[in-house]
Amino acid sequence: MKLIAALSGGVDSSVAAARAVDEGHDVVGVHLALARKSAGGRERGCCTLDDARDARRVADVLGIPFYVWDFAEKFQETVMTDFLDEYSAGRTPNPCLRCNEHIKFSAVLDRAQALGFDGIVTGHYARITHGDHGPELFRAIDPSKDQSYVLAVVPRGQLAAAHFPLGGDYKADVRAEAARRGLVTAAKPDSHDICFIPDGDTAGYVVSALGAQPGAIIDSATSERIGEHRGTFTVTIGQRRGLGLTVPAEDGEPRYVIDVDPHEAVVTVGPREHLMVHRIEADAPLWLSSPWSGSRSDVQVQVRAHGEPTGATVTTNGDAVVAELAAPIQGIAPGQALVVYDGDRVLASATIDATDRVRRPRVHT
Amino acid sequence: MLDGRVYADHAATSPMLPEVREAWIAASAVAGNPSSLHSSGRAARRIVEEARESIAAALHARPSSVIFTSGGTEADNLAVKGLFWAARDRGDAPRILSSSVEHHAVLDPVEWLAKHEGADVTWIPVDDRGLVDPTWIAEALERLGGDAALCTVMWANNEIGTIQPVQDIARICRAAGVPFHTDAVQVLGQIPLDIAELGASAVTISSHKVGGPVGIGALIIDIAEQFTPVVHGGGQEREIRSGTLDCALAAGFAAAVEAAVRSQHEHAERMRVLQESLVAGIRSAVPDAILNGGQGATRLPGNVHFTFPGCEGDALLMLLDAAGIDCSTGSACTAGIPEPSHVLLATGVPESLARSSLRFSLGRSTSDEDVTRIVAALPSAVDRAKRAGSSTRNGAG
Repeated sequence: MKLIAALSGGVDSSVAAARAVDEGHDVVGVHLALARKSAGGRERGCCTLDDARDARRVADVLGIPFYVWDFAEKFQETVMTDFLDEYSAGRTPNPCLRCNEHIKFSAVLDRAQALGFDGIVTGHYARITHGDHGPELFRAIDPSKDQSYVLAVVPRGQLAAAHFPLGGDYKADVRAEAARRGLVTAAKPDSHDICFIPDGDTAGYVVSALGAQPGAIIDSATSERIGEHRGTFTVTIGQRRGLGLTVPAEDGEPRYVIDVDPHEAVVTVGPREHLMVHRIEADAPLWLSSPWSGSRSDVQVQVRAHGEPTGATVTTNGDAVVAELAAPIQGIAPGQALVVYDGDRVLASATIDATDRVRRPRVHT
Repeated sequence: MLDGRVYADHAATSPMLPEVREAWIAASAVAGNPSSLHSSGRAARRIVEEARESIAAALHARPSSVIFTSGGTEADNLAVKGLFWAARDRGDAPRILSSSVEHHAVLDPVEWLAKHEGADVTWIPVDDRGLVDPTWIAEALERLGGDAALCTVMWANNEIGTIQPVQDIARICRAAGVPFHTDAVQVLGQIPLDIAELGASAVTISSHKVGGPVGIGALIIDIAEQFTPVVHGGGQEREIRSGTLDCALAAGFAAAVEAAVRSQHEHAERMRVLQESLVAGIRSAVPDAILNGGQGATRLPGNVHFTFPGCEGDALLMLLDAAGIDCSTGSACTAGIPEPSHVLLATGVPESLARSSLRFSLGRSTSDEDVTRIVAALPSAVDRAKRAGSSTRNGAG
């Protein structure tokens, strides 16, 4: 097959590309230039010059052609704009999901296919099997690296052209393989931050992009103003640190952000039990299995990239998805993705609009 | 340049000539610092000085006017910054006249001087062929009362091959008493290059564009002109440029210049034939392709530059690469990200079309068969790139 290997300049994509070459595929390495300069004027994060150079070195060692594809404009239009819009609306976005949805397995794949390639190889940790009804997405073997959650937004038609050679491996083995192959990326640290916020200061980034919009922090127990925030978009439901609160709670227990209201510019804090969510509402499900209408209670849901799955009864009715959780989950924010699993298999994903604590539907712009 | 490939990127670098390699390797066996006073040093110096004399003779310059540098980029920097700083120290207006289509080795120093050294830059526009009208320079100089640190206009453009009327521009600058620099990197070996006849203050040439080794070039100066050094140190090159010279590079450079000048006429004739055949071939294979730049005497014989509407240049480049053809989008890259060419934008090409362009630069290795292979590979590449281009713009999302 003719395959594009998306080379980020990290160890995983390097080994994935190397394996595709070993399997005899006709592989071309592509490094994606995504954010030229972030809204805050910082230098490019995941696509820094060093990463582009490392990606190029890997391609040279593998003896494959290498190109930089410029998707900065598309990335700005979809991922970065959505990121700011979602925070503005009091929601908590996950830009990596949006990137997989709109860039890597959409715009990049479209371009690759138009240029005559059959598919794309990436270093994601997840497994695809090809069943009678199309591709099926499964968790990776390595639970600490499993990325099926962030891939659950990719439609089956696109998954059919995706290749994840690392889904059956442990990270440590992948590193060892990279070293054995003499790839310069073998010892590079894992990236954890959002690629366009390399310093990890999400609040600072959003403030520099949108400007400070200060408002009150209210204690849910007393309804009193106990502090000030720089913008509702600087905090996330479930957050405890960094609120600058000086007034202790009456009961002496820590307070968490339990609601953010962008319209009133109010952040509400309260005790931990007010974070406990029993019911999640989401909309516009993407099905990676046969859709069902009605309830299924033999499934699990996951609401964070590295969260634990929780048993749930998931009821769907057209575009509406409701998950009744078998055990409460703490601190779920609208905007996060709800991913439904059956064991290791991903069944569906949908974006959370409300919980039994907070309702913050998507603002369509 | 790899065997079996069509190498159509001679403007980027041209394969080393056999006689150059011979001279280069022979001189590399000589151990000695040309600045040393002992016998070994003298042996090395003799090679460097003979190279200097050979280059000067080939280009009708005085040997003492040949300042060796690490390449075209350093020579351009020395010309622009060196003339600017010297003029400022004399009390001349800190003003630069520059064409808007210069190579980045000129463009970036000019912009750097504007940003950091208070240079006041007058950008000279070009017409739709990329041509500067000398009267625009005359008018600009008149408006400025003839007070400027330098005027720089490239002899021929590296992207679209447009040859500028540098003789006229040099005359105008001389009359106004303003130093004139021209980057002649692309013209060497393609059209006659006569330093004495031109009468410029500084002319940049480079070795590896004419089959010489990479890592050496020269600024050929009017020795009456003042240049403030950019690289300070031992002052090896007339106190204008410092650094130990490599006699092997100098010998290879001289052999390449000598060959380029000796064979220029016949080489240009051969390039013209190939150029016409490639242009005609592309036009018939891809009817909506647009030829950029000038024609006939205003275009370098080895340059072919087309816009392919609806295609991204880098997609075309990749597809042709896979088909065994080396060419270029001809534009500068930032971290490998193609920017629309400032040259095409200056000629009035809209940004979307500027990204849709390819340069084929022909040279000694180019054959009729190469032209045939390029023309044969283009239609399917253009077809695919068009589909990819539209998917990038209208893709899901």
